[in-house]
Amino acid sequence: MKINPNKCVACGNCTYVCPMGAIYIDPVIKRATINRDECVECYACFNGLSQEHLNPTMVRTMRKAFQMMRLRFDPEPDVCPTAAFEPDELSWPRVVRRAFSDPRVPHESTGVEGRGTEEVKTNDVSGRVKVGEVGFTIEFGRPGVGVRFHEIQKMCWALAKAGVSFEKKNPITSLMTDVPTGTLREDILNEKLMSAIVEIKVPVERTEEIVRLVWEVEKQVDTVVAMGVGTRCDEEGEDHVVAPILERLGYKLERAKTNIGLGRVNVVATPEQIRQEVPAA
Amino acid sequence: MTNTLHRFGDAETFRDDFIVFAIASKGKNDQDSLPKLRRFLELAIPFKPVNLGDARHGGALRPSKDMHPTSHWNRETKPDFDAVLQGLDHPTTCAAVFDNKVAAEDFVKRVKEEDLGLSVNISTSIDGAEQCCFHAGIPRHSVGYSLGFEGKTEKLPNSQVLMLSTMCGHGMVSNSLAKKMIDWVKEGRRTPEEAASYLTRFCSCGVFNPSRAKRILEDARTKTT
Repeated sequence: MKINPNKCVACGNCTYVCPMGAIYIDPVIKRATINRDECVECYACFNGLSQEHLNPTMVRTMRKAFQMMRLRFDPEPDVCPTAAFEPDELSWPRVVRRAFSDPRVPHESTGVEGRGTEEVKTNDVSGRVKVGEVGFTIEFGRPGVGVRFHEIQKMCWALAKAGVSFEKKNPITSLMTDVPTGTLREDILNEKLMSAIVEIKVPVERTEEIVRLVWEVEKQVDTVVAMGVGTRCDEEGEDHVVAPILERLGYKLERAKTNIGLGRVNVVATPEQIRQEVPAA
Repeated sequence: MTNTLHRFGDAETFRDDFIVFAIASKGKNDQDSLPKLRRFLELAIPFKPVNLGDARHGGALRPSKDMHPTSHWNRETKPDFDAVLQGLDHPTTCAAVFDNKVAAEDFVKRVKEEDLGLSVNISTSIDGAEQCCFHAGIPRHSVGYSLGFEGKTEKLPNSQVLMLSTMCGHGMVSNSLAKKMIDWVKEGRRTPEEAASYLTRFCSCGVFNPSRAKRILEDARTKTT
């Protein structure tokens, strides 16, 4: 993303809307400027701000006049008055920033928007997490902190070493050059993202072990981690297996996403679709 | 849709936050799913959702790409459900957000009756979702628990800012803007409803709950935590 300095009037609205805090008014050029290293190409500025198409010279003159009189502006806070944001042509590896940060762009590897994974929300159709299994979504960077791939790499290595299965239909897995060791592509490691999810599945007996492993690794990563734990309910719709384990580990379970099982398969799956996980070493 | 899973707050703070969303699974039932998704959204409207949206085009309150200068004085803060229905042109996740349990329960029951064949999920407190299932006579199929935020949590803002910003789990509602809106409400520069509408427009999939946001902003007016 870039800001056209000929259009920007330095109103400062965009400095607040950037989730990464990467937009600032440059004191030298007196225009809004993007810290490209911190920008995750989420397009929140371009897509989220309403746009006016006012004459920049006129707006700057008015702003100066008001400023001289020490009058406070009170414009709408979600508007770019001169439509100054202009998307960049992104090339590799920077383009992965947008793939993981702009929720409107489907991931090439999975065709799914957002963080690119269906996890248990289609479990009634996909059978991704079966009885006796636990699916983990380990998300990095959320909310509003961001993460670089080299931090995610630490978790992938640790999980692979523990011998877990990475979910194949997951964008992070698709960026691994060596799935059995959880090694990510070298050329993306310094790219920054809004957030990304590492997704694994283990037998229910390993739930505690994996939680403790995540606790250990998250001490070494310089961002926040949000864990989601998915499981299949029994025939009565109850979960008497995983919730007690999590509660024993000290979690107070408040919120969940509940798949109510109304989905139906209407396409015959190919062998490739059936093979959903990639076993690690 | 992990973007609805990790909303910040305890179960009590989700008393006015019920997201029901429908999704087709790639390669399993996504063929011809577009009319079913549209039907899902249509079914929601009589139950008075506070937001409605799809993951490609956003919610019922959207930013304008060609805003007229006079609209600063008469911004629309009411959701436009028709725009959501008309805009849906590709199979994607569709969501309806309710601010009361009765509406969510009745909607889930109606969706079950319609038998669309799509995966339907409820994202709210665990008890709230269980009650919706009970009301509709459906046993839960699967559940995905949120374990909250861990790691370098010192990088996170205060709880009221988090409650607002995490209502867009894609991160499109920045912590800075949420903080600014709390400040503006405290200063009396905007009403909680206006401030909530600014935040809602940034959500790119329509799961932001403007009704809950309004309540949080109202609470923050008198006491910032």
